[in-house]
Amino acid sequence: MRVRAQMAMVMNLDKCIGCSTCSVTCKQTWTNRDGVEYAWFNNVETKPGIGYPQRWEDQGRWKGGWTVDGSGRLRLRAGGRLRKLATIFANPDLPSLDDYYEPATYDFDTLLTAPAADRMPVARPLSAITGRPMAIEWGPNWDDDLGGSALYAATDPNLAGLTDQVQRSFETTFMFHLPRLCEHCLNPACVAACPSGALYKRERDGIVLVNQDKCRGWRMCVSACPYKKVYINRVTAKAEKCTFCFPRIEAGLPTVCAETCVGRLRYLGLVLYDLDRVEAAAAAPEAELVDAQRQVFLDPSDPAVIAQAAADGIPPDWLAAAQASPVYALALRHRVALPLHPEYRTLPMVWYIPPLSPVLDATTALGGDNTSADDVFHAVTELRIPLGYLASLFTAGDTGLVAGVLMKLAAVRAHMRAVTTGAGAPDDPAAAGATGPELEALYRLLAVAKMRDRYVVPPAHKEEAAELAAWASGCPLDRAPLAVA
Amino acid sequence: MSVVLFGVWPYIALAVCVVGHVWRWRSDQFGWTSRTSELMEKRWLALGSPLFHFGALFVILGHAVGLLVPASATAALGIPETVYHTLALVIGLIAGIVFFAGAVILGLRRYVTKARFRLITRPADAAMYAILLVVALAGLSATVGLNIVGDGYDYRETVSVWFRSIFTLQPDVDALAAAPWIFQVHAVGAFALIAIWPFTRLVHVWSIPLGYLVRPPIVYHAPRP
Repeated sequence: MRVRAQMAMVMNLDKCIGCSTCSVTCKQTWTNRDGVEYAWFNNVETKPGIGYPQRWEDQGRWKGGWTVDGSGRLRLRAGGRLRKLATIFANPDLPSLDDYYEPATYDFDTLLTAPAADRMPVARPLSAITGRPMAIEWGPNWDDDLGGSALYAATDPNLAGLTDQVQRSFETTFMFHLPRLCEHCLNPACVAACPSGALYKRERDGIVLVNQDKCRGWRMCVSACPYKKVYINRVTAKAEKCTFCFPRIEAGLPTVCAETCVGRLRYLGLVLYDLDRVEAAAAAPEAELVDAQRQVFLDPSDPAVIAQAAADGIPPDWLAAAQASPVYALALRHRVALPLHPEYRTLPMVWYIPPLSPVLDATTALGGDNTSADDVFHAVTELRIPLGYLASLFTAGDTGLVAGVLMKLAAVRAHMRAVTTGAGAPDDPAAAGATGPELEALYRLLAVAKMRDRYVVPPAHKEEAAELAAWASGCPLDRAPLAVA
Repeated sequence: MSVVLFGVWPYIALAVCVVGHVWRWRSDQFGWTSRTSELMEKRWLALGSPLFHFGALFVILGHAVGLLVPASATAALGIPETVYHTLALVIGLIAGIVFFAGAVILGLRRYVTKARFRLITRPADAAMYAILLVVALAGLSATVGLNIVGDGYDYRETVSVWFRSIFTLQPDVDALAAAPWIFQVHAVGAFALIAIWPFTRLVHVWSIPLGYLVRPPIVYHAPRP
């Protein structure tokens, strides 16, 4: 057992209203520069929908992530190292700018300099790439809120496995928002694909970063990432990606996307995992993937884990943070948060609580009472439509797992309603695989948790500051201990 | 004139190349990249870039053999001069044409077809393309004009002798001066390319990621107190 700490995130999709505040504040912080106009380290997609870049989930096209070969060994879907070098002059799996969108600005100058006239002057859109007038025909959330559209949503790769009939009824009942950022995976395909070794995973907190001085612009990371969350800066020709706001995390602050989330749907915290179990979990058979990936994590209250964590150099305050981690609670203790596309086998570290609200709507539409756990359970098991879709997103197709999570979320509602109104005996929580106190703890975390409960971010140790600075600057002189006044 | 061009210029170019690389490596790791533009345009690149790069690999290999291996060495190995000459001509011509076609496609792609490159193409790119095209054209026309259309010319007796003499610090200026002018343009231009090398995107040639073949897949970094 080798204990490592990972900073991870959970998002409660029921609460996401698709306002894109996270995307905008992230862009203002990280990508409002020349060369990354088209890059959104954080973006919000409407599901079902095409996504950004278009149809990024279609790994038959983009060849992202990992697969397991005939002998059960893990390999990059786009091929091994020799193929990487053979395609280094032209990467067939690389999205082009048109697969994202051509960013535009407006000719605001005309508004200020136009002479007096009968008509209002118009600010024409100008391409941020060429500087020329352009017609805006696509954007990073072009199909925003168009979850029922035959033009956009119907081409969602996640719908490919569902039948036509399912699709049609689905389109009229179901839509939700999916905020996405780099998953800071335990088994990052981008890192494994980088010919220069410029991408790395920090052992201290699991954040995946690009060393800008080592990147040589071979762009294999962009195609290898199945989530398409590594971007090429078109001016510097170097890879850039979400940093998990590491300067803020090191200071004990939440990421910008989490801090500015108006829906308060994001949770940040540490999870402890066993480095020795990662590879086997990533190579597990598809039907066992979610469970295998959960097995990688360690219970921070287990005395054996605590002892080994200390031996592996995890400071006591970090261990305490891992024990108080809302991410551990939601993803591993209560098991209501699921990984996005576990079948990509990267072990993503941004987890999602699947949305219950579409099921509640459907319960009402079926003539049921959406505050009754029985009726909701009934709807969950009857509604193969949203379940199939959610399962293709979060459980590699296992509808039973998604149903279990939705039932537990419904049980929280029913239990708390019964407790607070005193109206009748609470539904039997055991039906959802949880006790009353567990449901109440889950309720507190999901509904009323304060900022300090949602973001449990232990600051980096100050005595390591010089080491961190040296790594960031590459200057060996920075490695000298700071003088203490 | 020939002393300056064939005797002095190669040393200036090599010195600029070496000092330039040291300076660039030490001061500009951030700029040390292939400067890929595949994001901006994929279709023409998918054709031009492999032609250009694989062609260049064979062109460089062919030059290494032709310039560094003396005629006496291949003769000693029992390779008849006519066989060597024919092989060099056929392989060299194919590699040269592939390389040149790739360069033309990439150049047209960058400078003619797409406005998208306007803001990311730098003066160093133009200088590199210009010199590269002149050198490649001179090399190709020397091969075609003198050895295919013409009566044949054995550059191993003059150009190669001059090239090797540079590295023994006894530049044989007369050897190159005796060669046809098209070879002289090719040789002098090639040293111009060597001189501007460290100041262009060509530095990415030295970063061929062969280490990728042997390193562990996931790179961890563990700053620890």
